[in-house]
Amino acid sequence: MISVAGVVVFILLSPVIGGLIAGIDRKITAHMQGRVGPTILQPFYDVGKLFEKEMTVANDTQRFYVISYFIFMIFTGALFFAGGDILLVIFALTLAQIFLVLGAYSANSPYSHVGAERELIQIMAYEPMVILAAVGMYVVTKSFNVSAIASYNQPLVLFLPGIFAGFIYVLTIKLRKSPFDISTSHHAHQEIVKGVTTEFSGPTLGLIEITHWYETVFLLGFVYLFFAFNPLIGIVAVILVYLLELLIDNASARVKWQLVMKSSWMVAAIVGVVNLAILYYMGVG
Amino acid sequence: MTYLSKSPWILHYDATSCNGCDIEVLASLTPMYDVERFGIINTGNPKHADIFVITGSVNEQNREVVRNLYEQIPNPKVVVAVGICACSGGVFRECYNVSGGIDKIIPVDVYVPGCAARPESIIDGIVTALGILEGKRNSPRSGVKEEPPAEIQQGGEAQ
Amino acid sequence: MQLLLFLILGPLITAFFMLLVRKEPERNWIVKLSALGIGVVTVILLLSLFDKGTLYYSFAAESTSLLMFFIEMAIAVFILYLGIKYKNYLVTGLILLQSGLMLYFELVYAHSVDVKYTLFIDQFSIIMALIIGIIGSLICVYALGYMKDFHAHHKELPDRRNIFFFIMFAFLSAMFGLVFSNNLLWVYFFWEITTLCSFLLIGYTKTEEATSNAFTALWMNLLGGVGFAIAILYLATQTGGIMGLEALLASGKALVLIPVVLIGFAGLTKAAQLPFSSWLVGAMVAPTPVSALLHSSTMVKAGVYILVRLAPIFQATFSGYILAFIGALTFLLASAIAISQSNAKRVLAYSTIANLGLIVACAGIGTYEAIWAAILLIIFHAISKSLLFLSVGTVEHQIESRDIEDMNGLIMRMPKVAAMMVIGIAGMFLAPFGMLISKWAAIQAFIDAPFGFIFVIILAFGSALTLFFWAKWMGRLIVVTLERENLETKIDSNIWIALVSLAGLTAITCFIFPVISAMLIEPFLLQTYGNVTRLSQDNIIIMVMMLFLIVLLPVSILLPQRKYRHLTPYMGGMTTNTDLSYNGAIGLKRDLKLSNYYIIPWFGEVKLQTLGIYLCTGLIGIMFVTAAYVGVIV
Repeated sequence: MISVAGVVVFILLSPVIGGLIAGIDRKITAHMQGRVGPTILQPFYDVGKLFEKEMTVANDTQRFYVISYFIFMIFTGALFFAGGDILLVIFALTLAQIFLVLGAYSANSPYSHVGAERELIQIMAYEPMVILAAVGMYVVTKSFNVSAIASYNQPLVLFLPGIFAGFIYVLTIKLRKSPFDISTSHHAHQEIVKGVTTEFSGPTLGLIEITHWYETVFLLGFVYLFFAFNPLIGIVAVILVYLLELLIDNASARVKWQLVMKSSWMVAAIVGVVNLAILYYMGVG
Repeated sequence: MTYLSKSPWILHYDATSCNGCDIEVLASLTPMYDVERFGIINTGNPKHADIFVITGSVNEQNREVVRNLYEQIPNPKVVVAVGICACSGGVFRECYNVSGGIDKIIPVDVYVPGCAARPESIIDGIVTALGILEGKRNSPRSGVKEEPPAEIQQGGEAQ
Repeated sequence: MQLLLFLILGPLITAFFMLLVRKEPERNWIVKLSALGIGVVTVILLLSLFDKGTLYYSFAAESTSLLMFFIEMAIAVFILYLGIKYKNYLVTGLILLQSGLMLYFELVYAHSVDVKYTLFIDQFSIIMALIIGIIGSLICVYALGYMKDFHAHHKELPDRRNIFFFIMFAFLSAMFGLVFSNNLLWVYFFWEITTLCSFLLIGYTKTEEATSNAFTALWMNLLGGVGFAIAILYLATQTGGIMGLEALLASGKALVLIPVVLIGFAGLTKAAQLPFSSWLVGAMVAPTPVSALLHSSTMVKAGVYILVRLAPIFQATFSGYILAFIGALTFLLASAIAISQSNAKRVLAYSTIANLGLIVACAGIGTYEAIWAAILLIIFHAISKSLLFLSVGTVEHQIESRDIEDMNGLIMRMPKVAAMMVIGIAGMFLAPFGMLISKWAAIQAFIDAPFGFIFVIILAFGSALTLFFWAKWMGRLIVVTLERENLETKIDSNIWIALVSLAGLTAITCFIFPVISAMLIEPFLLQTYGNVTRLSQDNIIIMVMMLFLIVLLPVSILLPQRKYRHLTPYMGGMTTNTDLSYNGAIGLKRDLKLSNYYIIPWFGEVKLQTLGIYLCTGLIGIMFVTAAYVGVIV
């Protein structure tokens, strides 16, 4: 049930795939804005540059937190692609993100602090929806294991349309895209400077960037699960979802965190109750 | 060829400028000039920056700030002084309240004169700075200015 | 059986010694010896009886029951006297009602009720005994150091430490009695003793606030006691005198649902579920060992203990679902309120209420999976929460404040205690620590139950809320500020013993929980339900891997590192350093203060508590009505 090959492939290929996705992201964004934009390989240059910088820290505990964030994010994705228990994957993801938040807290700095608080609000906003997505998958496939869910022979999205829509809603938060990029984002428009990542620099920041790539690959894998019955459709769906996120990102401005929190919870509550209730009454549960 | 020159992130600061040069700097980010195709991102955070783009002639309040921002940028870093006020104080050179140029506070690597400096000169200045940045990266003592600063003529050609 | 008697009577003997001894060195020795003794005996109990299944004993039923009745009446008179003296008519009325009911029972029905076995022991009792014996003893040891500091700080309060320790040990004795009793009358007796102990300890400082909160706790628990008394009368009159737990559990649901729901109601009041949560929050005025022992790890666990015991009867009944819903709502609302609190002990109080709500929800659902989750929750919560309470108490004495905002950068001023607090907090919500395992088990249990998806949804939202308030507290602790004076040098050695032991226990139980599950919980489930559940082998391996990682990573901090250049925080270019002071306009030095988000407009205590009280009172009403329907009509 645990696939070692999945783990190895994930660990080795994700930085490449994640970086390419980030690069394509920036290219398409640029074209949407009528610009030329950087090359697709730009994120790799960015990370390479960050590792060439001098190692400076805000305090001596920061590196520990960032390295922990990195290791546990890899753990999360590796567990996911190995076919492990999806709830444990979600919990490991939370653990990884708490490390990033702690790293931001440890640097006693105003922007970093506000970024950390908002990051926690973000986590609080999307966590119910993600757990409900896992629960929905269990209700349909009777298993929490990713390997069983992935090999289910019917399209999950047909049974879980509401939950899928809700998941896409919170995916915007997780991918740090407008209108929900309240704690940090790649674009320049930060009213709290760089938020969570303000006090990280050089190689530490590079490590955070790479971890974000791992996270992106994992999240897209999660989206794939909804369409896993047919790999081709799954990959097309993932691409379409990502393009949709890009479109939403470019077409909207950031909203206040109160709106992020309230709307995510309302969406999660409504789709969770309605979708799961319907499943139960249909006798699937 | 280091990664530094492929992905230079700039920190733009206005030290008592009239905002003329600042507007030109920001214009470089617009689709018209689009410096992001060189990988340049305007980060607002010195800890993430490589190139410190400053305008203005630096009054009393700004002296500490400029020094503080400069120190917070991790090495290797370069400073680009944009506009004649940043280079030498410009028309305000004789005033009692300005220091008269960035190089009175921190070491400057590239001077881009002009009032206001054109986006083409600014971009040219930054590209020159990239070369210097690479030199600092490759030299064993990063952060130490080795060569004399390059000067960009009005019209955008390096000497 | 000697072990059981030792555990029930031993602490009582120590308690009487505590009344007499007034000098510190003697007191220290007696407490530590007793603590060691109790702890060792509970472990012996574990090792000798864990594989023996359920054992029943009949022990001097008649004479002991009579003695208990007299003690109960004496306590009633005492409470009546206090109720009249302090003009608290609610308490006076309730104690009159309760004693009246029990008097009526004793005079009319007592001789016709025959319980075969008075004491018993099974794996669940062993688990509870371990919690009471090990954690309770450690807290008493901690209390030695804590109360010394407490009275040094509060010279205006009368030093009644002999009474304090007397009540603490009497309480331990009562708790042991509660978990070993099979005769419901005995359970009721020990139950009322714990109510009394809680009342006396909350009011220990005799300030106006303490007295008022003590009376609140008293009337709410007495209300539960009245419910218990009515249940006993019902059992005596309507069911032909079923008074033993084992007989109760073996009876048909329709027959005993009403008394079970009544006893469940008593459990709800003792576990401070909505609408009875305010007494627990008010109890935080008591000294920290009281909060740790009574109001997080032990006494409130008695409330959920009885609910878990009765869970087989709640299973698949409508009343059971309502009970579970009360628990789930409490979990959700209490977690939300905890976000808006900045007083550390109130955060811990609400978190306790929330976790108890989760256990109640599992008990109400009553399937074997749910009970597995419930017992795991009981174990892990007891350990982590007591560690947290003890740490907060220690910190409070050193920094003279209970506010989380004042704990900013605690890792610099009190590194070891802050580290233990971080372990405690991590133990409450992070994978792969215990509470997370339990929550995971709860999700799986809820999903498989009919209509369980409602509970899963509530759990998902509630657990997101808990994440927020724990993580922001942890963030406050680990801020790296300028070097400050180390405040840890003045901490009493007794306090260290307790703290380090509990921190170690937190880690160890996480590692060995599969063993605990296999040795104790699963046999209990097999016996009670005929079915077991556990985490799959793969998942256990992965959890252990995560644990290793988590343990190894901090060790890397201790390794010698290269000193990297430190950068000052970014404050828009203002020159500052890690204590966030800067030179503002006109050169005046200003300080910047950062504080957490409390989001009071959404999570304010008043609004949410009122909502909870109305909702849950209504739900309790429905619970009684549906039980009556099943019990009387069906």
